[in-house]
Amino acid sequence: MRTEISIKNTKSKFLGKVEELSGESIYACYQCGKCSAGCPSISEMDISPSEIIRLVQLGEEKEVLNSKTIWICASCFTCVTRCPKGVDLAKIMESLRQINLRKNVDYVSPLSIPKEILSQVPQIALVSSLRKFSA
Amino acid sequence: MKISYFPGCTLKTMAKDFEDSALASASCLGIELVELPRWNCCGTVYSLTSDDLIHQVAPIRNLIRVKEQEDNRVVTLCSMCYHTLKRANKLVREDREKLDKLNNLMYREDVKYDGEIEVLHLLEILKNEVSFNQIAKKVKIPLKELKVAPYYGCLLLRPPEIGLDDAENPTILKDFLESIGAEVIDYPYQTECCASYHTVVNVDLVVERAHDILSSAINQGAEAIVLSCPLCGFNLDNRQKEIKEKFSDFKGIPVFYFTQLLALSLGLDEKVCGFELNFVDPRHLLKSKHLTGRV
Amino acid sequence: MSRIGVFVCHCGLNIAGTVDVEKAARLMSNYPGVIYASDYVYMCSDPGQDMIKEVVKEKKLDGIVVAACSPTMHEITFRNTVASIGLNPYRCEIANIREQCSWVHQDNKEIATEKAVQIIEATVEKLKLDKSLVPLSIPITKKALVIGGGIAGIQASLDIADSGYEVVLVEKNQSIGGHMLQLSETFPTLDCPQCIATPRMVQVGQHPKIKLLAYSEVEEVSGYVGNFKVKIRRKVSFVDWDKCTGCGLCIEKCPVKVLSEFDEFLAKRKAIYTLFPQAVPNKPVIDSNNCLYFTKGKCRACEKNCSVKAINFEQKDSFIEEDVGAIIVATGYDLMDKAEIGEYGYGKYEDVIDGLQAERVLAPAGPTNGIPYRPSDGKIPKEVVFIQCVGSRDPEHYYPYCSKVCCMYTIKQAMLYKHAVPDGQAYVFYMDIRCNGKGYEEFLQRGIEEDRILYIRGRVSKVFKDGDKIEVWGADTLTGRKIEISADMVVLAMAMVPSQGVKKLAEKLRLATDEYGFLTEAHPKLRPVESLTAGCFLAGAAQAPKDIPEAVAQASGAASKVLSLFSQDVFYHEPIIGSVDEEVCVGCGNCVNICAYDAVELDLVTKVAKVNPALCEGCGACSAACPSGAMQQNNFGKRQIFEMVDAFTKG
Repeated sequence: MRTEISIKNTKSKFLGKVEELSGESIYACYQCGKCSAGCPSISEMDISPSEIIRLVQLGEEKEVLNSKTIWICASCFTCVTRCPKGVDLAKIMESLRQINLRKNVDYVSPLSIPKEILSQVPQIALVSSLRKFSA
Repeated sequence: MKISYFPGCTLKTMAKDFEDSALASASCLGIELVELPRWNCCGTVYSLTSDDLIHQVAPIRNLIRVKEQEDNRVVTLCSMCYHTLKRANKLVREDREKLDKLNNLMYREDVKYDGEIEVLHLLEILKNEVSFNQIAKKVKIPLKELKVAPYYGCLLLRPPEIGLDDAENPTILKDFLESIGAEVIDYPYQTECCASYHTVVNVDLVVERAHDILSSAINQGAEAIVLSCPLCGFNLDNRQKEIKEKFSDFKGIPVFYFTQLLALSLGLDEKVCGFELNFVDPRHLLKSKHLTGRV
Repeated sequence: MSRIGVFVCHCGLNIAGTVDVEKAARLMSNYPGVIYASDYVYMCSDPGQDMIKEVVKEKKLDGIVVAACSPTMHEITFRNTVASIGLNPYRCEIANIREQCSWVHQDNKEIATEKAVQIIEATVEKLKLDKSLVPLSIPITKKALVIGGGIAGIQASLDIADSGYEVVLVEKNQSIGGHMLQLSETFPTLDCPQCIATPRMVQVGQHPKIKLLAYSEVEEVSGYVGNFKVKIRRKVSFVDWDKCTGCGLCIEKCPVKVLSEFDEFLAKRKAIYTLFPQAVPNKPVIDSNNCLYFTKGKCRACEKNCSVKAINFEQKDSFIEEDVGAIIVATGYDLMDKAEIGEYGYGKYEDVIDGLQAERVLAPAGPTNGIPYRPSDGKIPKEVVFIQCVGSRDPEHYYPYCSKVCCMYTIKQAMLYKHAVPDGQAYVFYMDIRCNGKGYEEFLQRGIEEDRILYIRGRVSKVFKDGDKIEVWGADTLTGRKIEISADMVVLAMAMVPSQGVKKLAEKLRLATDEYGFLTEAHPKLRPVESLTAGCFLAGAAQAPKDIPEAVAQASGAASKVLSLFSQDVFYHEPIIGSVDEEVCVGCGNCVNICAYDAVELDLVTKVAKVNPALCEGCGACSAACPSGAMQQNNFGKRQIFEMVDAFTKG
């Protein structure tokens, strides 16, 4: 894979938006990989959590925003608890979801959830999934 | 002792057994949990983006309800409610500007919130105010020979500034379970995530996580799981149907709310335990351990 | 008949776990010449030594064998033990039954015990013929030579001179200061190197005990510890420094401009020049390769304008000789030439600069007063790529070692660049980031977080010019992708190499170097500032790449070694050295040729070999090379060796 990097990436609006929404410094991550090492859901992810931050550092907006990973992350805060640099990756993942959702595009549309599921799962699951997945 | 109680949505429906057993047990231990009037949904998940103040209205409004009761504490049972309320509370305690904005948004409320309410989980009350020693003294039916695996999940513990115990090596559930006479199993997955709300649209993900957790406990000899979150409860209990479909050698294991076992050990009427709401019926297990004879 | 005692050490289970020590002691007590033998758990412990002392006194022993670990460990311990009660220390021998026996025969106790006994027996046979020796005492000239006037040489000189001893400091350039004076700022504190180094330089210049010989080189060295003779060449400067007042008018009037070595060829100097304004000594030299008078026979503007008539076009190199007792070598480093790296353009792109050039580009006192510019067009670069490990950690093409300071100075340079050009971007390609010093890791994190230097983990494969951009093809191994950057300027953190000419100097001083020319220390852990040549010490990057605090620490260490040498009036030298039986020697000269220390010479009159006892390090090469047996090592005589061989082979 070939990537051109320039000042346009490193000072992009995207990177600024992620930092503003998350309140985290993307450059604080030194890529030790501990977040990926402990992530309970990494097997379902297409890009590992540490690589997501790396791609944000490199300004790779499209790849990050199109990844499955940001939706698989369930904000379990394992990485947040253990990060040696105090980077709140859960907040960064949330900001990436929000950048998508604020284009008014649902990841999961409430209307698409089958009726039998609606009656099967507890309210707490429905409310939280729609909070995370819908615009 | 009277204390305000915030139930949250699921405690009134699928996790009614959790609420009933909790209220009855608390009462037996001399605590009256007084349900807040006009409580609303806490939002279930704490909003993690810095500019998303509107999602802090719901949790803070509940804290205003507590203030209206002239109480300074509120107890939750559900881990998610606990996390959301406590974290929102922490946010406004540390950010005066955001608190003022929230009060302005809720200008029709009679009282202004000032960060004075303490958000507590029932486990904290049991540990710090009743004390596990006292509970042990009140136990009528010790859960001898019942091998239980505590499951903390995420939101009771993480992030550490919100959690009620050590994030990596929690003991509060273990200490509690020992006080009611159970044999507590240690296993490495007790703080791993169950995949939470993915249960709505990505059941397979939940099946994988739940299978890992349950198998880990079973391999260490657990006969039952004990937890405090209705969503974890759904994923670890109800999703055993799907787990069995995917993993044919999976045998199944009963899942309790910690209050169900508390009520049982205190010798309360078994009805308050609501075992019929458990997906994997625990009554055969309990009977085999001579902990209940009324099945 | 000898009265020998044998003491067998258990060394805990190190020896006793394999060798039957009691049996060994029992067998040895019946050996001819041995009148006492015993074993003990730790001979080197105080009770163990006390036991030896008591037995020596009680049994009136005339020699002892301690069967224990390697003599490199405790030979000195036990020799001191017996010396303390009046036995000649050279009548104490060590039989190594640990490294050479118990450790290597753990699977067979019986054979190990048998071998241990043989080792002890052989050692007893040697001891029987050991002479009582007395260490040589050599008078010491209490004056030190320091070679190299960088920060290490400056520190070492000041430490010695401040203790009251004379120092001769030889510096090849016209001013002391070294590379440190070229630097922009210093990591991790970002203080100005000139501000912290120039006071030390002035102290050197003013110190009554320091004789500063700038623009000079060591020509010849002879002698030995305590008594070196050094011949120093004072290079011709064409300026009479005694007359010169350092007014600088000659420099101002000189019409010739050539690229400045001090500014790493990024700015110009005159043909008569000093290195920098704070030079010590502040005296100019004429560059005869570029001076109009020397090249075209005209001009002499400097001479005309010198009011004290200090210019002397007829001046020649001169020589002075100094007697010194100790030498500190602090010859420093150079950067590998970037022209060696083909894939980064063989040094042909002006905007691909090396680490020292970047220092000048960023230096507040540099050619542009610290405003970063690119050499090709003087524009301020908006995107700068720093490449680490260029030539270092590349065993296939260049050097296998880590140059150690590049990680840190790259952070500093990228940081200074960002401070000067806040809207610019700095990229650093790295393999690992090695920040193992006090405050170093924090400095790195500050660079990344506050100055937002983008670190990219991967080597750069190719650098080439495209229009007015420098294209950089690298990789980000963290994401597994190729990274392409169009940069305005590229900085190569070139490998550090020993400074030019150090190999020749090392030969003159009989110092060992590694294959890259770094001077070899006597022991990598326990004798890091000493060389293998007695009286010669090492300081700074001449020994290995190191940063300023490390170089200064090593310099102070070397100085304290010199001071401990100078604290005595005589130097004691091991008497286990070669000695010649002049009646047997035929004067073949094998020993002269084989000696690595120049300690043997043929007497011009008698034509027999003569050992200089002060230079001899007791390696034994001469006695092995001697065909007649005239050359014998004290207490390692031919007969002793044969007696030992007999003891081993008698069974």
